Amino acid sequence: MTPASETSQTDNILLEVKNLKKYFPIQKGLLRRTVGYVRAVDDVSLYLREGETLGLVGESGCGKTTASRCIIRLYEPTAGEIWFKSRVLSENGRPRRVNLVSLNRDEITKTREEIAMIFQDPINPLNPRMSVSDIIAEPMVIHGKYDPRHSEEVIVNLLQRVGLRPDHLRRYPHEFSGGQRQRIGIARALALNPRLVLCDEPVSALDVSIQAQTLNLLQDLQRDFNLSYIFVAHDLSVVQHISDRVAVMYVGKVVEVASSEALYQNPLHPYTEALLSSVPKADPKYRSSRIIMQGDVADPSNPPSGCYFHPRCRYAVDLCKQQAPEFRELKPDHWVSCHRAEELQLTGI
Amino acid sequence: MAVASAPSALPLGKKKEFSQSYWSLVWYRFKKNKLGVLGGIFLIALYFLFVAVPEFVSPYALENRSNFVEAPPTPIRFVDQNGQFQAPFVYGLDRKIDQVKRLRTWVEDPQRKYPVKLFVQGDPYLLFGFIPANLHLFGIDADQREARLFIMGSDALGRDFFTRIMYGGRLSLMVGLIGQFLTLILGATLGVISGYYGGATDMFVQRFTEFLAAFPNIPLFMALSAAIPPFWSPISVYFMLTLILAFLGWGGLARQVRGLVLSLREREYALAARSFGAKDSRIMFRHLLPGTMSHVIVIATLSIPGMILAETALSWLGLGLRPPLTSWGTLLQDAATVRAIRFTPWLLWTVPPILFTVMTYNLLGDGLRDALDPYSGR
Repeated sequence: MTPASETSQTDNILLEVKNLKKYFPIQKGLLRRTVGYVRAVDDVSLYLREGETLGLVGESGCGKTTASRCIIRLYEPTAGEIWFKSRVLSENGRPRRVNLVSLNRDEITKTREEIAMIFQDPINPLNPRMSVSDIIAEPMVIHGKYDPRHSEEVIVNLLQRVGLRPDHLRRYPHEFSGGQRQRIGIARALALNPRLVLCDEPVSALDVSIQAQTLNLLQDLQRDFNLSYIFVAHDLSVVQHISDRVAVMYVGKVVEVASSEALYQNPLHPYTEALLSSVPKADPKYRSSRIIMQGDVADPSNPPSGCYFHPRCRYAVDLCKQQAPEFRELKPDHWVSCHRAEELQLTGI
Repeated sequence: MAVASAPSALPLGKKKEFSQSYWSLVWYRFKKNKLGVLGGIFLIALYFLFVAVPEFVSPYALENRSNFVEAPPTPIRFVDQNGQFQAPFVYGLDRKIDQVKRLRTWVEDPQRKYPVKLFVQGDPYLLFGFIPANLHLFGIDADQREARLFIMGSDALGRDFFTRIMYGGRLSLMVGLIGQFLTLILGATLGVISGYYGGATDMFVQRFTEFLAAFPNIPLFMALSAAIPPFWSPISVYFMLTLILAFLGWGGLARQVRGLVLSLREREYALAARSFGAKDSRIMFRHLLPGTMSHVIVIATLSIPGMILAETALSWLGLGLRPPLTSWGTLLQDAATVRAIRFTPWLLWTVPPILFTVMTYNLLGDGLRDALDPYSGR
């Protein structure tokens, strides 16, 4: 089940996630016996081309953040492979495909030069006791690239690039607004010239006007620095704006992956359809045909049988309860896991 | 923002800084607490006088013995027998045996007058340990050997008790500071490791601190002091005692640090640092530990007096420092008998400096706590 291997553009694949799993053990009692697992990420396969943005959407608790943290190995994946085309880990300067899961600690630390992360919360990822220049310099210090003579200039350039002023350099995070703090976080992520940036809901904590600014900034930076993004979000309109391709997750599984256009116009999975119907339209005369899903999100420690979505799916049939659907490429570059994907006529936006 | 919107074209570093770091904010708030500032000033003065320059402040050298055994505090007089006001002076002392009480007493001889002066030459000493000097803050001229000035009386060997308190303060105050410093290093390091790694490491460190805390203190002190070889030099004994005090005191601090680290480690800035490849040691000591420092400083400040008192109590019991080392604890030993309290009550002069030190530390600690506590109203 490797989506990338069957597409024609295998050479410019930057990141390929195969069957990634992350189970958190549930421990009980004095002896901390493991009584079960929360399947936060359950068999996720994705790929990302160079210079591309992959949106990762889903409800709260569906494993988006866990998946992105597994990719940068902040969490140790339970199983799976993460292939990354690394430049720092190759001798001859040509990118080498490495499996991030099997790298040792030193190698992982090296790849952090190429993979950076932007966090959801604008304030907490910034150490309140460090000045802006210390915060942005930190990745350089960690990787031994800080040089007191030149790095200051680099940092000032970064600051200006993300829309802050050089005189912000000596200030502390609490002196900035949410949007500005997020820009500091973005500047820090760019400090080492990464190629892949994992954006963990970078705009969801900002208000709408700042969201747009920040998204535009991210797009500009992507163009200028040739970045690839994995963009985690729960806001579908934000994802539509920035993503080339979108993956929809439900209870630790990817249920549908397609190009942004295809997914929004012709969703193939009922869950995607339901999500899309909840996006507000900027048209007062539009009468929504909002799909209200029954029940709650499935419990990832005790998922339902068959298709995880069947208890809430209005198209569910008996087969859905008994057998888990296969994740298959129904149209070119459009993957879905639904038994009835072919027959259903779902509406997008 | 209006103030800060100065043109960004200005060269870096030459611009006026508007920004305030955490510690400058703390300082700003601390300054508003008058009692805390007062405590701080007193403490600095205390340490300066008792630790840095006791040789200068005291009129005699530590071991300068005289024939004036157990003399009561010498009254400094301004008015002579004729009722005339003049520069401060003391009368000479004569020994007299009280035949009824069978007791040696000291009586003033109005015929002999000795002026008390500021900045007199006296016993030579090394200022800060290396500058030869013989100037003393006050005293009687050294050529008048037959007279003595004991503002707090003298002890059983005829030594000036005020001088002994000054020198004793050096050791007692330094025990608090050095001991607390060691406690801080030990407690903070183990606390942050315990909190950051969790699991088995945490379990081990926590059970160990509980073990130390559950142990009866006095027998443990006795055992540890008994373990100090008797042939060690007094200075080695002193440092050993400091180590023992630190070793027994780090548990509480480690627990506090661990608790704070447990909450800080969930903050995303630790995670962010890790996402950029920071090593555990960097996260622990660059990100987590500084976050606990405000609390740690308060705890440390408030527990230094405990350390000083512990030294005093142990030395008083004979388990800590022993003569010839002079500390407030060994000085209190002199006053430990009923006889001493009955006939030489001035030996209790050791108590006020101890009280004063403890109180100033508490004032400073309270002030710091208010300044560092983010939840207190301004």
